[in-house]
This record gives sequence, C-alpha cells and structure tokens, in this order.
Amino acid sequence: MIRYLIRRVLYAVPIALAVGFVCFMLVQIAPGDPINAIVPPDAPGDVVEQVRREYGLDKPLPVQFGIWLMKVAQGDLGRSLATGRTVWSDLSTAIGNTLLLAAAAALLGFALGCILGGLAGTFRGSLLDRVAVGTAVAGVSVPHYWLGMVLVVIFSVQLNWLPAMGAGPGGSADWSWDWEQVKHLILPAVTLSVIPMGIVTRTVRGIVAEIMNQEFVVALRGKGLTRRGVFLHVVKNAAPNALAVMGLQLGYLMGGSILVETVFSWPGTGLLLNNAIFQRDLPVLQGTILVLAMFFVALNLVVDLMQTALDPRIRRA
Amino acid sequence: MNLRRLLLSACLGLLPTLATGLPGPAQAQGTIRIGMTAGDIPLTHGQPDQGFEGNRFTGIPLFDSLTMWDLSRADRPSTLIPGLATEWRSDPNDRTRWIFTLRRGVKFHDGSDFNADAVVWNVRKVLDREAPHYDPRQVGLTISRMPTLRRAEKIDEYTVALYTSEPDSLLPINLTNLFMASPAHWERLRASAPNAEAAWNAFAANPSGTGPFRLTRFVPRERVEMVRNENYWGEKARAERIVLLPIPEPNARTAALLSGQVDWIEAPAPDAIPQLRARGMQITSNLQPHVWPWQPCFAEGSPLRDVRVRRALNLAIDREGLKQLLGGFMVAPVGTYPADHPWYGNPSFRIRTDKEEARRLLAEAGYGPQRPLNLRVQISTSGSGQMQPLAMNEFLQQDLRPLGVNVEFDVVEWNTLVVNWRQGCTHASARGSNMINVSFAAMDPFFGMIRFWASHMAPPVSNNWGFFNDPRFDEMSRAVRNAFDPRELDAALARLHAAGVDEALFVWIAHDVAPRAMSPRIRGYVQPQSWFVDLRYPYIQ
Repeated sequence: MIRYLIRRVLYAVPIALAVGFVCFMLVQIAPGDPINAIVPPDAPGDVVEQVRREYGLDKPLPVQFGIWLMKVAQGDLGRSLATGRTVWSDLSTAIGNTLLLAAAAALLGFALGCILGGLAGTFRGSLLDRVAVGTAVAGVSVPHYWLGMVLVVIFSVQLNWLPAMGAGPGGSADWSWDWEQVKHLILPAVTLSVIPMGIVTRTVRGIVAEIMNQEFVVALRGKGLTRRGVFLHVVKNAAPNALAVMGLQLGYLMGGSILVETVFSWPGTGLLLNNAIFQRDLPVLQGTILVLAMFFVALNLVVDLMQTALDPRIRRA
Repeated sequence: MNLRRLLLSACLGLLPTLATGLPGPAQAQGTIRIGMTAGDIPLTHGQPDQGFEGNRFTGIPLFDSLTMWDLSRADRPSTLIPGLATEWRSDPNDRTRWIFTLRRGVKFHDGSDFNADAVVWNVRKVLDREAPHYDPRQVGLTISRMPTLRRAEKIDEYTVALYTSEPDSLLPINLTNLFMASPAHWERLRASAPNAEAAWNAFAANPSGTGPFRLTRFVPRERVEMVRNENYWGEKARAERIVLLPIPEPNARTAALLSGQVDWIEAPAPDAIPQLRARGMQITSNLQPHVWPWQPCFAEGSPLRDVRVRRALNLAIDREGLKQLLGGFMVAPVGTYPADHPWYGNPSFRIRTDKEEARRLLAEAGYGPQRPLNLRVQISTSGSGQMQPLAMNEFLQQDLRPLGVNVEFDVVEWNTLVVNWRQGCTHASARGSNMINVSFAAMDPFFGMIRFWASHMAPPVSNNWGFFNDPRFDEMSRAVRNAFDPRELDAALARLHAAGVDEALFVWIAHDVAPRAMSPRIRGYVQPQSWFVDLRYPYIQ
C-alpha cells in the first residue's frame, strides 16, 4: 500500500507539469495580451512595451515558462499581474470559500441523490421511480446559472427571504456559523447541488437496481433476512461505485462553478478564474488551475483508498 | 390619555416635520453600499486600475490630484478646477516648465503634511526608475495618461515645477490622473517590508491619501469600506461610510439592489429598468464624454478614404431607433463633443439622420443597391464602456442595408479588440476590417482627438488605428499643445474638433449616459457630465 501511495504521488508530478504547460500555452495561443491586465486600453505603444519589459513578458516563452516552473518548485505561485497580490493569498481564500460552497452542495446533492436513487432502484418501474428519474434528468439538464437566477428572482427579489449575492454581510472574512452568514450560502449551494444530485441519483439507481437483481439478494431474502438487513447488504455493495462517482463530482464542485459563483458573486475559485480569464492574468490562471488539478488528483487518490477500505476485493497493489 | 403620553405623541408627531425641515448636511449620515461593475476591487495604492470606474471609486474618494474635475453640477460639462494645487501657469520663458502652487494646510490620512516633497515623490513613483519607491505596476496605469510629463522639481515648500518633454498645454488636464499618495505612510510601511513591491502591497491594503474618504477595511476581491475624512480640506462628505462591492454580473447587481443588499448599482441591466422603476428605485443618467463610434481605416484601398462615404455613414444612421433599442439610455452625438461644449467649434457638416442625403453621397461615391458598399467592422462581445455592442451593431447592420451598405462583423473578445486597436488597420490582426468599434473617454482632448487624428499617433505609438494622415490636423494638434491661454486653448480645440467633424473622421453613433440605479433613500446625488462622480454629495436619508 505504501508503494502504491508513493507511486500515485509521483504520478502527480507529470500531471502537474502537463497542466502547467497546457495552461501556459493556451493563454499564449489565445488572442489578447496579458499586458492588458496592467495597462489601460488607451496606453501608447511605448508604455505597453516598457511595462512588458518590467514584467519580463518580453522574454521568450520557454524562458517565461521555465521561470514560472522554478518558482512553483519552490512553492511560489507568483503574483497577480492585475493586483500585485500573491496568487496564493487570493487563491487560499478562494479555495476556502469554494470548499464551503462545495461541501454544502455536495452534502445536499449526495444526500438527495442517494435517497432518490436508492428508492428508485429499489422500487424500479413504480411511480416513485419515474418521479426520481424525472428529477434526476431535470437536475442534469437545467442550466444551473439559469436556475440560480430564477431562485434569486423568487427568494431574493420577490420574497426577500434570502440574499441575492455575496458571502455574508461583511464578506467571507467575517464568516461564522450564524444565520446572517449561513443564509448567503443557501441559494448558491442549492443551485450547485442540482447537477451532482441528478448524476448521483441516476448512478445509485442503476447500481441498486442491478444489485437487487443479483442472486445473493434473493438468497438473503430466502434466508429470511429483514428488509433492513437486505438494505444494508445492498448499500455495502453499492457504496464503492457510488463513492467513485461522488468523488468525481466533488472534484468538479471544488473546481468551483464559474457561472454559479459569478451569478451569486461568491468569492471562490470560479469567480477568481473568471476574472483571471477576462484579464489574461496569467499567474493567477496558472496557479489556480494547477492547484485545482492537484486537488483533483488528491481527491481521486482518497476515493481509491476509500473504495479499497470498503471493498477489500479491489486491490491497489 | 395622560399628559405625559400626550406630550410624547406630540413630540413624535413633530419629528418628521423637523427632520424634513433640516438642511441636507445636518442629515449627513448613513452607509451607502455600491455595487460596481468591476470584477475585483480597483487598486487602492493610488493609481487605480479597472478603467475610469477605478478612478471613480478608489481614486477620487481616497486621493486627490493637483487638478480636479468639477463634479458638482449636472447641467454643464465638467471643467477643470483647483485640487491640491490652487493655481498653475506655464513658464513663458520655457514652455516645457509648469509652476504649480500647492494648497496649504492639507494633511494625508496618516497625519503627515502634503507639500512639494510629496508631489515630487509621487511623480518619481512612476517616472524615476532609480527612485526607491518606483512601482512598475503604477507606470502603465499612469504615464499613458500623461504622456509628456518627465519630472518634478521642488521650488519651495508649497511650489513645484513640472517638466514636459515638449510644450504641452494639456498637462493640467492630464494631471487629474496623478493621485497623491502619502510618502510618509509608505516609508513607514517600507521599514517593515522586504522590498518596495511589498511596501506598495501593504500600502494598497492600508492606503493614505488626502481624499474626502479614508479606507478602513479592505477584503481582496470582496469589499472596500471607507469612512468620511473628518479632516478633509474641502467640503466634507455627507455620507458617513461607503462600502464598495464588485458585482460584475448585471443581473446579480440588479437583484442585489432589489433585495436591499446594496443601495446603488452601476450600469443596471437595461431590461430591468422598468422593474427597478416600478419598485421605486431612482434611475439616473446624464450625458458623459463617452463616445461609441466606428473608427475608419484610411489605408490604401479602404473605401473610407472617401469623405463622401464617411459623411454618408454618419447621415445614414437612425440614432433615434438606436436610442429606443437602448431604452432611451444614449444621446445622439453631433461629434466627439456636444454642440454646447466649448470645444465643439463650428463645423460645416452637421451630423444628423438624413437618409436621402446619405443615399445621394453614396451614389456620388459610386455605391448603391446595384454596387453595394461592403464593410467589415471589428467589434467585441462586451467590454468596458462598450455599452451593448452586439445588439447595437446588429441594429446598425440592419439599418444600413437598405442603403446598399453591407456590414459584416469580425467579432472578437474585448481583450483581443484592445490589442488589435493598438496595432492598426494594416496589421494582420485587423483581418481586413475597414472599421473598429472601440468606445473611448473624451474629457482629455488628447484622448478625445489628438491620439486619433495626429499622424505621429499611428500604431504602435497610440490609437490612430486607421493611420489617418493629414498635415493640417498635425498642425492643429501642435497648435493645441502650444495654446497656453485658456481661451486660446478652447479656440484651438474647437478648430480641431470642427475640422474632424467636417472630415467625418469617425462614424459617431452614440454617447453613453452612464445609467445608475439607486435606492429612493439616497439623497443629494449629483450626476455630472463626466465619467466620475463626487461621493461627497450623496447620503442616506
């Protein structure tokens, strides 16, 4: 297991390099110029060139990439071109905010998904099944930014029950678990939970339905096990696959939804990326994508290990 | 009812009457929460980014400049007024030298004195690479707006000389963009920072200027809180506190206002305006020096080299129809400056809608339904000051087609358009476009006219994208820079503008009117004819 762990961690190195390289090149290939993050649109050519030199953006691309890589190897993600703040200072706050939102959305989405999927799989073909499948399809199909706007119109603008934007009356820096703060989390979390809820519902339904048809379930029933006992066996057998899907979904949620965070002005990684893309703020883009990619790798590793713990038949040698 | 309760009721009943009878400043209280269009807090180190929205919200309220815009009136174009300098003059013996007399008794928010040393220090922060506090980040944001400024020299405690690379009568206007940060505060922060860059970062988190507000809280990417500067040298702010929130998405801004999370939003979504009005919100707007044009290419082979074609396009546009499309939120332009502006001049060509005349001019130039004029315009999908580029350009496309003008668009993203704008219409980035659609600010005549119409401003120097080259305009631009008497300067600018209109050097399509929506509780707000507002005036009732 230790050797497996070390190998998986080492795998992350080429992934990090590839992510950094692809991200760097994509920004270079895309039209536009990172210098626009620092100079106004009407800046004369000589000023633009002067600033480009000051920031080292006139150096050949391999040199720029090499410099960035050396810094990253020393744990320095660089500074934002637009704000001058360290990428890590903005990114760490944004990750914290996105984690909070992702956790709330995951909790809601996974719980609902497991319940609906479990019920649908158990009572396949029933009205309950059709309602659950319909809900799941709607969850996956509805554009979540649209849903976010509709929720805002209903609950913020019309009913005035919940805030329309932001991470709290004093911003995310003042976060505490009181109603004034928590109510800012509700609408974005509900919006973000809809897709994982749909996917988990469909996955769990499929797995449960398949397990329910297996002979061991019939045998368990034949042996006179109670419904609760059979249910526990089904859950145990369904858990590894469901966990894999939930792990992936959590990874997507952690990436932060650019659209949902923009609609709700939620100061997470999605909003950070959104601004960085429009401003061509290369260090922020590279740093954020790199950290999120590593998070994804780590999450997959954790999920793999949890699958092994739940089902020892899955060997990770 | 006993006597005590009767008296109490009477007093309570009188309170509203007393309150409405009090003069404005006595009610000066409250926190105004503003939803900006910016995606992040504009920089707070003294030279804001995020375009003029940055100057509006973290420049002017926190810092002052030597010269300032008069933002106290809505009924006339903003003019230049004394700021931290009480008077200024060009040295008649050396026209590259300006003498500025500084305001006495002004203190920075940290309590240090504003004086000639502070001015020299602030000029050096962007112009002197050897200065310990030189900040490359502020260079691009500053010197592009004062292209001829070279250095500053202290004459005495309250007098400084500023030097330009060539005689430049526009320097006082340019200087509205150079905000004075506190040298003493920076030095204190530098003492505990590893380098100048870190010191500027610390300064941005805890800035010190001389402005009517001082920053009390800075949460990166989320909010800035400012409180009234009780020691301000001029008229003090009426509101006690201002909170700035970046809300880049227009629907989110509108929802934030309607749900009471903010009191004021910039640029509400146009289709939300009827709903905002129905909910009692105030919608404010005013003409601002903001031009939304098509800028022609004058390179060899461009059909726009023919003045008849340029005039025809100016006459062909149904600006009233466009105004309806925008819910009334635009003004039909008659040039870069409105007709009542001192720089408008007396052009012989009147910009208006006259389709018959447009058709005649096009026919004279050899175009019509049988031989259509094919134009390619590079436009953006969105962008700072671009209003609603897709809807507006599609309207123009439809509007021009019956006259035999076929418009095709090369649609790019805003950042790309800005890069292409700097490269000119002969560059590959123009992809054969005959015109480009980049809106611009025109308060400063250099940015409103000279950078487009002087031949030496062609790329890569500046924004003469179309490579317009006419010695008459070069001469008129020189005359502007050498007109040091204010009346003479106005006359020189009026001549230049009138000539530009006569030559139809732009297709002038719209002036933005900067719509804002605000809570009915906001009082005292003045929307000047400017990109900026003075946050000293509004307050919450």
